[in-house]
Amino acid sequence: MGFNTSRRGFLGVATAGLAAAALAGCSSNNTSSGSSASAAAFDANKSYTLNVWAWEPTIQKDSEVTKAFTKQYPNITLNITNTGGASDEYTSLSNALQAGTGLPDVAQIEYYALPQYSIGSNLADLTPFGAGDLQSKYTTGTWNSIHQTTNKGAKGIFALPVDSGPMALFYNKATFDRAGVTTPPKTWDEFYDAAVKIHALGGNYYITSDSGNDAGFLTSIMWQLSPGAFKVDGQKVTVDFTGADFQKFVTIWQKLISEKLISTSITGWSDEWFKGLGDGTLASLPTGAWMPANLLKSSPAASGNFRVAAMPSIDGSAKNAENGGSSLAVLAKTAADTQAAAYKYLEFVSNGPGATLRVQAGNFPSLEATLEDPNFQASTGDFAAPDLLKYFGNQEYNKQLAAGAKNVNSGWSYLPFQVAVNSKFADTVGKAYNNSGTTLKDALSAWGDAIVSYGNDQGYQVTKKS
Amino acid sequence: MSTVTGSKSHRRAAGLLKPRKYNPNVVQKNWVRTIIIGIFVVYALFPLVWLLINATKTQQDFIGTFGFSFGHKFAFWDNIVQLFTYNNGLFGRWLLNTVMYVVIGGGGAVCLAILGGYGLAKYDFPGRKAVFMTVMGAIAVPSAALAVPTFLMFAKLGLTNTPISVIIPSLVAPFGLYLMYIFTLESVPTEILEAARMDGASEFRTFFTVALPLLAPGIVTVSLFTATTTWNNYFLPLIMLKDQNWYPLIIGLNQWNNQAFIPGAEPVQNLVVIGSLITILPLVATFLLLQRFWQAGLSAGGVKE
Repeated sequence: MGFNTSRRGFLGVATAGLAAAALAGCSSNNTSSGSSASAAAFDANKSYTLNVWAWEPTIQKDSEVTKAFTKQYPNITLNITNTGGASDEYTSLSNALQAGTGLPDVAQIEYYALPQYSIGSNLADLTPFGAGDLQSKYTTGTWNSIHQTTNKGAKGIFALPVDSGPMALFYNKATFDRAGVTTPPKTWDEFYDAAVKIHALGGNYYITSDSGNDAGFLTSIMWQLSPGAFKVDGQKVTVDFTGADFQKFVTIWQKLISEKLISTSITGWSDEWFKGLGDGTLASLPTGAWMPANLLKSSPAASGNFRVAAMPSIDGSAKNAENGGSSLAVLAKTAADTQAAAYKYLEFVSNGPGATLRVQAGNFPSLEATLEDPNFQASTGDFAAPDLLKYFGNQEYNKQLAAGAKNVNSGWSYLPFQVAVNSKFADTVGKAYNNSGTTLKDALSAWGDAIVSYGNDQGYQVTKKS
Repeated sequence: MSTVTGSKSHRRAAGLLKPRKYNPNVVQKNWVRTIIIGIFVVYALFPLVWLLINATKTQQDFIGTFGFSFGHKFAFWDNIVQLFTYNNGLFGRWLLNTVMYVVIGGGGAVCLAILGGYGLAKYDFPGRKAVFMTVMGAIAVPSAALAVPTFLMFAKLGLTNTPISVIIPSLVAPFGLYLMYIFTLESVPTEILEAARMDGASEFRTFFTVALPLLAPGIVTVSLFTATTTWNNYFLPLIMLKDQNWYPLIIGLNQWNNQAFIPGAEPVQNLVVIGSLITILPLVATFLLLQRFWQAGLSAGGVKE
């Protein structure tokens, strides 16, 4: 999922180098069966072993999903490796791709990282297995994310969704009320007004925090407001941060930074961050719909105070984006008949019985049917979650989050080297957050330049609009 | 000033004041220096104090209370019990793995360093200088930079994701070899070796019964260096190992720490803290017990006698 920002920064340099190596290695290496027209059939009487790399707790060795799958497919042995987190997994995956051995059959990959692996034909196209018929099942955001094009121009579906992260504004109603903010902000301008009121409560009160190290947040805002920021057409890539609505957001965010109305010192996912969210000094959080379980576990002190609202936009209209979320992909190097078994596993986890089990364990669904299920929306019946309902003051928070999933913009794509350039984010855009006098606009432009030079080094033709 | 010194020299001339001799072993009391050192002590002990305080907290208290105050419940012993039982006692397995990597990898590195250092110091052979320069050059290369190429090589050999993939690279300790070289030059006089040879001792016997006992302090120093390096080795096992069952402590604890950032995973930061405390205890103990050897290692070769 696209949230583990502090750790991503930690190994960022190493990952970037490896990713570059993997890309280079793969483009010279014609091993792919990525766009084979026909697929091997799954034989229920044969034995298969699937090596799976994942960090998601709901699909680990002893999880309910694994037990249920093994029961339904006794001939498929799952050999699941807990990779501990997304960035560690990408390091291992890129290494193994370069070495050509030690690869898993199935790997969990975040949506934002998917292009990086699919472009080099490292992942198997799932269209021959019937993935093309699944559109009606999935949300716009996730369906959009699993479609990719390889650098040989082959279009395909290179993963099936695990969860999704349509954004929402999570806010602490107790703090908002005390500050006199009666309704959650509908526009980013109103967000600014609310920030002023909340900071007036005390010097340690902030509407939110952003320390400038999380590319995931700002790229999601681009997706929300100006989804044409990255255009990828084969080897041609355009970077355009000049979208009018996104620029309006940048101006507002700049004011929030300059006037010290958001905390730039508290890093996302730090202990301090969870503490601030718990005691109400960090009053809100614009992030993905997978957040509730984290809030409940790591900021339990705020139970009863949190609510969910739609993401603010520029003009108050309902516009949304995805933030984080991950998918399961089958590696191109996996033997053809094993791929058929792997696809059965993907289906089970993504849209079969496993999908329900995962949502019950706290994942946010990527399936339309689940999002529309009244029990899911009200957290009752099969999807009962009394602790979470209590946390959100009995608000039907899933109803709000599900509504957000409908408003996700289509037409967004991540860069085919997003993992690598995200590791340069803190060094460039981060400067706008540390009182160095750099404006957010200039800092973003510097990141754009870094994207251009990195992409060109990798053999793409990258142009930046300015 | 001038009047004071003037009167002093006057008294000294009169034989009332003994001329002050410079003695390097007596450090003069100096308040500024004491305060500066005090600040450094506090700075160095700060994380350790934090670790000790937070090792007594439950997960709830860990995220809910101030970092330098105690929690509502004293959970130190509970944490230890939970640490060794969580995930079917995986922590115990990691502890044993780490000990294995230190004993086989670090221990092997010491053996090779002794042999190599002794050989370079006491034998003249063609290419000796080239070998020595290679070793010196290898000290300059950080081991993390070699991790990825080593991984690719081991992948070709089919050795990744096995304990061997961590042990073999740990066997190479160029700095240890350099230290042993210096120690041999300093503490094993060539005359003694020649005397042994004159008495008819074989090269092996000369090495084992004459040279080795003389090298004992050096061996302890090098063992300390390699044990610490292997114990703290992070990047190499991180990219070599995928199977949790072969993790050393530091990788395993990092994975547990990540659980706090993964939706739906159980945050076990209390176990990470108590686990970190237990992880550093053996290192702290060996440091305190073998401090003088450590200092010997740092200054080896610094003075030519």
